[in-house]
Amino acid sequence: MSAIFQHLANALSVGSLYALMAIGYTMVYGVLRLINFAHGEIFMMAMYVVFFGLATFMMPWYISFIVAILITALLGVTAERLAYRPLRDAPRISILISAIAVSYFLQNLATVLFGGRPLTFPQVPLFTSMMNLGGVHISRLLILTPVIAAVLLVGLQYLLKRTKTGMAMRAVARDYDAARLMGIDLNRTIAMTFFIGSALAGVGAIMWGMKYPQIIPTVGAMPGIKCFIAAVLGGIGNVAGAVVGGLVLGMTEILIVAAVPALAGYRDAFAFVLLIIVLLVKPTGLLGEKTTEKV
Amino acid sequence: MLEVNNVTMQFGGLIAVNDLTMFVDYQEIVALIGPNGAGKTTAFNMITGVYRPTSGHIALNKENITGTRPDRIAQRGMARTFQNIRLFKALSVLDNVVIAQHLRLKSNWLTSTLRLPRYNAENRLMYERAEELLTYMGLWDVRGEVSSSLPYGAQRKLEIARALATQPVMLLLDEPAAGMNPAESQELTGLIQGVRDHFKLTILLIEHHMDVVMDISDRIYVLDYGNLIAVGTPAEIQANDAVIQAYLGVEENEA
Amino acid sequence: MAKTAVQPINESRPGKVVSVTLTTILLAALALLLWWMQSAISDVYILKITRLCAINITLALAMNLINGFTGIFSLGHAGFMAVGAYTTALLTIPAKSKEMMFMIAPLIKPLDTLTLPFPVALAAGGLLSALFAYLIGMPCLRLRGDYLAIATLGFSEIIRVLIMNAQRLTNGAMGLRSIPANATMAWTYGVALITIAFMALLTSSSYGRALKAIREDEIAAESMGVSLFSHKMMSFMISAFFAGVGGGLLAAYNGTIGQDMFRVSMTYNILMIVVMGGMGSISGSVISAFVVTIGQEWLRFLDGPLTIGSIHTDGVVGLRMVVFAALLLIIIVFFRNGLFGTNEATWSGLWRSIGRMSGHKKRGEAA
Repeated sequence: MSAIFQHLANALSVGSLYALMAIGYTMVYGVLRLINFAHGEIFMMAMYVVFFGLATFMMPWYISFIVAILITALLGVTAERLAYRPLRDAPRISILISAIAVSYFLQNLATVLFGGRPLTFPQVPLFTSMMNLGGVHISRLLILTPVIAAVLLVGLQYLLKRTKTGMAMRAVARDYDAARLMGIDLNRTIAMTFFIGSALAGVGAIMWGMKYPQIIPTVGAMPGIKCFIAAVLGGIGNVAGAVVGGLVLGMTEILIVAAVPALAGYRDAFAFVLLIIVLLVKPTGLLGEKTTEKV
Repeated sequence: MLEVNNVTMQFGGLIAVNDLTMFVDYQEIVALIGPNGAGKTTAFNMITGVYRPTSGHIALNKENITGTRPDRIAQRGMARTFQNIRLFKALSVLDNVVIAQHLRLKSNWLTSTLRLPRYNAENRLMYERAEELLTYMGLWDVRGEVSSSLPYGAQRKLEIARALATQPVMLLLDEPAAGMNPAESQELTGLIQGVRDHFKLTILLIEHHMDVVMDISDRIYVLDYGNLIAVGTPAEIQANDAVIQAYLGVEENEA
Repeated sequence: MAKTAVQPINESRPGKVVSVTLTTILLAALALLLWWMQSAISDVYILKITRLCAINITLALAMNLINGFTGIFSLGHAGFMAVGAYTTALLTIPAKSKEMMFMIAPLIKPLDTLTLPFPVALAAGGLLSALFAYLIGMPCLRLRGDYLAIATLGFSEIIRVLIMNAQRLTNGAMGLRSIPANATMAWTYGVALITIAFMALLTSSSYGRALKAIREDEIAAESMGVSLFSHKMMSFMISAFFAGVGGGLLAAYNGTIGQDMFRVSMTYNILMIVVMGGMGSISGSVISAFVVTIGQEWLRFLDGPLTIGSIHTDGVVGLRMVVFAALLLIIIVFFRNGLFGTNEATWSGLWRSIGRMSGHKKRGEAA
């Protein structure tokens, strides 16, 4: 019984981590129609910043978290400004390649700045100590991760639905030119989208680091790809879809391995199998809208 | 030649074409007209296989082509042009017309790559036919230009040349005179009739320029909100009250 | 108005003869140079890099066929390379070495004792890779744009995960060693030359024109009778074949392989060569393969001790890759068509640009 509970809690927390990062993909895709391949590297940078904040500069954990989230958000905005904005009117493939190049650049930059040797993400007892929940001992993290993710999601929904910035983002996602004609500042709105998406990736990275504490320059690559898959599963461009996709992916990974431990070595392949099944059955994702190309 | 029986196309809750029945006889020129959003292009897309109709049957030369893939329909002899010109933009005028003959190629990819004699012969023939077609359309002198750099009218002509290169028996033209001035559309009228006689073609076209439509059509079908509201010769259509109500009235207001 | 590069129909006979003669002379000169290098240059390192250039030509052209000529953004290259590399390695490593290497579990029969000549092994790697492409293409090639990119990337990762777990076939995480060093100057350049010739002939054939039509406008191509799926599949499988062959060469070049080599970053490396040369340009990919391969090596000085003005560093490992990545980023943002765009380097084009340059000079002298 407690084992089942443990697995479910684990699945939920991994799922909410995926969801946090998938939102960044889905928001950027919404406004730019771009798979931001550098999203995983932004996630990776957040982990390093926390590491140096806590281990080298001895900051209190909350300061280092805030600094990491801010730096990550600014990094996302900078990438957009330097590598994506000049290509906004270019064929979509150019901007996709640019995103790949940014990811490549950040990985190499991390190798030079921080070295290729794995570092260990510092533990913050408030999050990582064990707690007793109805007789079951589990890490606080398993409970806190979904709670933090849920709070952020509610906040994001409020932002998107009720604030001017959020409405501008939705307008840009729906129709670029119309939004521009309505007097929406395109550059500012897109920058804001990157800021929020990257900040959420930063939060995701911190929670991820406490769960899987190894930091290397390529640490963001796999979560990055998986979270894009989560966004596609849910229906790319759709924030609620990203959450659903993240949870579905997290659940699938953890529960399949829990049920059939022999498949543990193939865990990273599940996401892709799931992706291909969904794309073939319902190409627009679970919550996506159908679009027909005009001929 | 072309038979469309009780064809309906539904997008979600919207019925774009409702229970359309029409036919086009051998070497006839038939026009499909109607106000914007009447479902004309949707009808075209069903006939050429881009959309699969929700219900109904379409036959070309007595063969059922309902829901067949566009490339298969093209192989059976149906060629089309597009309302919003879809040339192979970055390629040359000549390449556009040569590519359209690929569907008649018998050599496979390996013998083509290895340039076996049969492929060479086929390839030479493709270029000869392209020269013939481009000369016929008056585009031979610009064969080396990138197709998207041509003036608008020439691009429309090139689309027709490209469609003819597939060696069709039936040609579908989606607003061939769109964006043309009166002199150009006058020339186009002659060109379409010439093409029909020269290549022994059957032609179905969508057109908004009423002078062109009345000039060249043997018969006219009128669509409004997805429904067929009239069929007849140009004279009959011009005298039809329902058409004047639904379409010509609107047209006069616009003009 | 822009003129397109090649027009077979009006290329005059004598012009063609001149072109063919010049190309033959160039190739002969290149062969002589390589032959001379092998005997005259004792620096093994330089010879190694020279061979790597040729392997990268094969790999870049393979990717260019699908990404550049067909306009399908596939990111599965590393997976196909892995299939080719492992096949070639398993078919050429001597039985004794295999026995020693497979410590955790023995290699399955009949591979444990089977060794084949290098060219046969290379071809087998290419064919197996094409077979994988067929299986992967079945679902993936029906997808569009970004979805296809991510799905092919996914399959590439699945191949890697399979390799890691198929202990008795691939030796799992320990990888393969003692791969005979068959990637000689003759083999690497021979294969590169065959690839160049094959790609040039394919892309200028009617099938190549159909692929370009698909790249330009899928809907129009389909309406002109080009079957999208079968043409995409053809392009995808041929691309995978050459990627597999390139992977096999790389295995023989390296001597050791492991699943870690075939991560997505391998695909990105090749993609960068293709983008720099111009997506849809064969000569672009060839020149870019040399530039990128040699450039990466030349930038190696950045990793060593540096003195810039009064600043002195003891050497920062990896700095060259950062500089390299930054250069790539600059190229993509500011020169997104690469060296050649979709055009080819031709002799007549060369004459024209030489003519333009000397024309400039004369005008300059007059003024």
